[in-house]
Amino acid sequence: MTPLIAYLLVSALLFSIGLAGALTRRSAILVLAGVELMLNAANLNFLAFWRYDPHPEELTGFLFVIFSIAVAAAEAAVGLALILAIYRHAGTSDVSEITEMKG
Amino acid sequence: MTVLITILAAVTLSGAVAAMTLRNLVHCALALTIAFAGLATLYLSLDAQFAGLAQLLVYVGAIAILIVFAILLTPGAPESDREPRPHISSSELIGCVLALGVFAILAWSVAHSAAARSAVATTAPAGNMQQIGETLMQRYILPLEIIGLMLTAALIGAVIVAMKESQAPR
Amino acid sequence: MAFIVRTLWIIPALPALAAGISATLRQRQRLLSAGLAIGSMGISLALALCAFAQSLVDPNRQVVNFRWMQFGSDWISLGWALDPLTALMLVMIAFVGLLIFIYSTGYMAHDANFTRFFCFLSLFAAAMFGVVIANSLLLLFMCWELVGLTSYLLIGFWYHRPAAAAAAKKAFITTRIGDLGLLLGMVWLYSQTGTLLFYDHGAGCLEHGALTSLLGAASVAGIPIFTAIALLIFCGAVGKSGQLPLHVWLPDAMEGPTPVSALIHAATMVAAGVYLVARVYPLMGLSHDGIATALKVVAWTGAITAVFAACIAVAQNDIKRILAYSTISQLGYMMLGLGVGGVSVGIFHLITHAFFKALLFLGAGSVIHGCTEEQDIRYLGGLRRFMPVTFATYTIGTLALCGFPLLSGFWSKDAILHAAHNWSVSQAPFYLGAIGALLTAFYMTRQVCYVFFGERREPQTAESPRAPEEFCFVPDPHESPARMTTPLAILAILAVVLGFIDTPAWPWFTSFLERPEPALATASPVAASLNPALDFGRFAEAGLLPLMLMSSLIVLAGIGLGWWLYGRKPTTRATDPDPLERVAPPIFHALQKRLYVDELYESTIIRAAHWAAHVSAWLDRWVWNGAVSTVRLLVTGLGRIDASIDTHAVNGGFDEACHEVSQGGRLLSRFQNGKVQNYLRVIAAALVALAALLLWRSAA
Repeated sequence: MTPLIAYLLVSALLFSIGLAGALTRRSAILVLAGVELMLNAANLNFLAFWRYDPHPEELTGFLFVIFSIAVAAAEAAVGLALILAIYRHAGTSDVSEITEMKG
Repeated sequence: MTVLITILAAVTLSGAVAAMTLRNLVHCALALTIAFAGLATLYLSLDAQFAGLAQLLVYVGAIAILIVFAILLTPGAPESDREPRPHISSSELIGCVLALGVFAILAWSVAHSAAARSAVATTAPAGNMQQIGETLMQRYILPLEIIGLMLTAALIGAVIVAMKESQAPR
Repeated sequence: MAFIVRTLWIIPALPALAAGISATLRQRQRLLSAGLAIGSMGISLALALCAFAQSLVDPNRQVVNFRWMQFGSDWISLGWALDPLTALMLVMIAFVGLLIFIYSTGYMAHDANFTRFFCFLSLFAAAMFGVVIANSLLLLFMCWELVGLTSYLLIGFWYHRPAAAAAAKKAFITTRIGDLGLLLGMVWLYSQTGTLLFYDHGAGCLEHGALTSLLGAASVAGIPIFTAIALLIFCGAVGKSGQLPLHVWLPDAMEGPTPVSALIHAATMVAAGVYLVARVYPLMGLSHDGIATALKVVAWTGAITAVFAACIAVAQNDIKRILAYSTISQLGYMMLGLGVGGVSVGIFHLITHAFFKALLFLGAGSVIHGCTEEQDIRYLGGLRRFMPVTFATYTIGTLALCGFPLLSGFWSKDAILHAAHNWSVSQAPFYLGAIGALLTAFYMTRQVCYVFFGERREPQTAESPRAPEEFCFVPDPHESPARMTTPLAILAILAVVLGFIDTPAWPWFTSFLERPEPALATASPVAASLNPALDFGRFAEAGLLPLMLMSSLIVLAGIGLGWWLYGRKPTTRATDPDPLERVAPPIFHALQKRLYVDELYESTIIRAAHWAAHVSAWLDRWVWNGAVSTVRLLVTGLGRIDASIDTHAVNGGFDEACHEVSQGGRLLSRFQNGKVQNYLRVIAAALVALAALLLWRSAA
C-alpha cells in the first residue's frame, strides 16, 4: 500500500459516497451536494497523481484542479439558482416529484 | 505523519457519509462543510498549498454557504419533518449497490495498476506562486480567459434564473 | 365517258336524300314529304331518260368502278354500269314509281302516317335503283337487302294490325331464306373468281376470263361449280320473286296499302329476282354440253310456279290476293322465259307485266277506296256503273294480262311460249305455260265479273272479316279522284301500245337488249337477226303464226269459260256458293286453302324453328349462362376471399404489428418517467457495466 494507492482509495471511496448520495437522496440540493463531492474526489485524484508524478514541476494536474474548482463554483451557483427557480415553479424541490419531462 | 493523514481522511469520509445520510438538510450542509475542510487539509498534505487554500476559500467559503442559502430558501424539503423510516426503499438500495459497484471497479483497477504500485515519492515541488502565475499566464492563458468568461456568464445566468419576476405575468 | 354515266349514282341518291329528309319531318308536313318524294322521283325519271337516250346512242356497256374497302392487300370494289338492260329497268322503275307516288297522294290522303309512307316509298325507290345500276354483286346484294327492308316496313305499315305485322315478318323471313342462298353463292363466286364486279374491263366475274376459269374448275359432289353458284344465286331470286317453295309471303303481303302492293309486289321488287337472273345470265348460261343446268332449273321452276299459282288464284275471294297469285304466276312465266328463251324474252314480259299489273293493282285500289275499304269480291258487284273509268282501265289491264291479241301481254307471253315450244330439252314447260294462260284468262274474267258486273251485293257488315273500325257504311260507291284515275289512264294506254316494241315484225326490244352481247340470245323468236327493220315477213317463220293463233284461241276460250260461269248469271248474294264450288267442291276448297302450302310449312319448318328456339333458350339459360355465372361466382368468391385476406390477414397483421410497436413504445416510454435520479441511476449502471467489461477484457 503505497501512499498513492491510499490516496486513490480515499478518492474512490469519496466518489462512491458522493454517487450513492446523488442516486439516493430525494432533495435536489443534496443531489447537487453529491455531485460536488464527486468533483472533489476527482480533484483529490488529480492532486495525488500530480504529487507522485515523475515531473511534478510541470504543474499540469495542479492547474487542472484549480480550474476544476473554478468551474465547480460556477456550476454550483447556476445549479442552485436553477433549484430555486424550480422550487418557485413546482412548489417543491423533491426530484421524484418533478416529472414534467415524463415521456 | 501517516497517522495524521489517516485521521484527516477518516474525518473527511465521515463528513461525506454524514452529508449524504442525515435527514435534516442543514445538518447535511454542515457535514458537507466538514468534508470540504477535511479535503482542504488533504490537499495541504499533498504539498498543494494553493489548491488547498483555494478549496477552503471557494468551497467552504462560497459553495457551502450557497448550499445553506438554498436550503433555507427552499423549505418544505420532504425529508426534514418526516419520521425516520425503519427500512431502506428499493431506490436507495439500487443507488447503494451501484455506488458499491463503482467503488469496486475503481478499487480493483487501482489495486491492479502497475503505475500506482511503483509510484515513489519524489521531492516535493517548490510550488511557489511565481511559478504558478507564470505557467498560468503563459501556457494556460486560453483556459484562464475562458474561465473568466464562463464565470461571468455563470454569474449573470444565475442571477437571471434565480431572480424573482418583478412584473406580474400578463 | 358520258356525263350521265359518271353521274348515274344520282338516280338512287336523290330518293335516298328525300327519304332522309322525310324521316325528320312531322306528321303535319304532308305536302313537303310528298313533294320531296315525287320531286326526287321526277328528277330521277328525267335522269333515267337521259341514261336511256345515252344507251340508245351507244349501246356498249359503260362501267364506273371504285375501290371501297381494303382487306389486307386486296380491295373490295363497287361500281355501277350503264347498259341497255339497266337503262330499261331504270326507266320502267322511275316511270311506274312516279305514277304510283302520285296515285298514293290520293289513296293515303286520309291516313295519319302520310309522311312516313312517303319516306319509306322514297327509300324503296332509292334501293331499287341501286339494285339495277349495281355493277358489283356485293352492291347489288346490299341494295337487295335494303329493298327487302323497305318491303317489310311498307307491308307492316299499319303495324297495329296483327295480320299486317305478321305478314311483314313472314315476307322478311321468307325472302331471307332465299337471300341466304344468294349470299352463299356470292361468297363462293368471290372465292372462285377473286372479284365481285360484274364487268371490269375484262377482269369482272361475268367476263370471259372468269367464266373460262369457272368452266375449268372441278365439280363438287357431282355438280359443276358454276352450276352450284348459279343455283345458289337463283335461290335469292326464288325468294324475292316468289317462285314455288318461297312464294308464301306474297299473298300475305297484300296486307300493306294498295300502292305498296302495286309498286313493290307487282312492278318492281318482285321483278328484282328476274332482273338478277338476267344480270348474271352469262354465269347461268355456262355449260359443258350446250344446255345449262341452271337454266333448266330456272325454266322448270318458272313453269311449275306459273301453273301452281294460277290454280290457286281461281278460288280466291280477296281482290288483291287474286292479283297476288296472278303476279306469282306471271313471275313464273318470266323465269320460264329467261330459262328457255334468253334475257330479252324474260325482260320483255317483265316490262309489260310491270305496266299492266301496276294498272290492275291501282285499279283494285281505286275500287277499295271507292267502296269503303271492302276487299272481298263477294261483297262487291255492279261497279261498272258507279266507277266507269276504273272499270274501263281495269278491263284493259285484264285483257293485257290474259294475253288478248295485239295487247302488250299477248306479244310478251307469245314470245315465251314460242321459246318454250322450241326448247330442245322438253315440251312440258310449253304445255304448262299454255294451261297457265287458260287459267289466267279464266280467273281474271271471274274477278272482273264478280267485281264490275251484276248487281251490287250487300256491303260489309260487322260480321265480315274486316276490322270493325274501318267499317263505314256508304250508300253508293264513288269514282276515285283525278289524282288516282289519271295514272290509271296513262298505264292503260301503255298497256296497249307497249307490246309493239317487240313484235316479230319489228323486234326492236330484242335487238336493243342484245346489242352488247349477241351471245346472250339463245332461242329468241328472231334469233340471230339484229336488224330491227320492220318486216312483216317474219311472221311466216317457223311455227310463229300457228302459235299465235293457238294462244289467241286459248285466251278466248278462257275468257269465254269465265263469262259462261260468272258473267251470264252473276251471283246475286254474297253468301251464294261460287259456281265452281258447286261443280267440284273438294278441289275448290283445296284451292281456296291455297293448296295447304302454308299449313305444311307451319307444321314442319315453323315447328322445327320453334323447337330449335326452345333448345337455344335452354342452352342459353343453363349452359352459357351457367358458365358465365360460374365464372362470376368464382371471381366474386375469389374477390371475397381476397377481401377477407386483406381485411383480416393483411390489415389485421399490420394492425397487430403497429399495436405491438406502440405497445413497445409505451413500454419503453415508461423509462422516461421524468425523474432525474432515475436517469442518473441508469447512467451509473451503464458506467459500471462498461467499465467492468473493459477491465475484464484488458485483464483477459
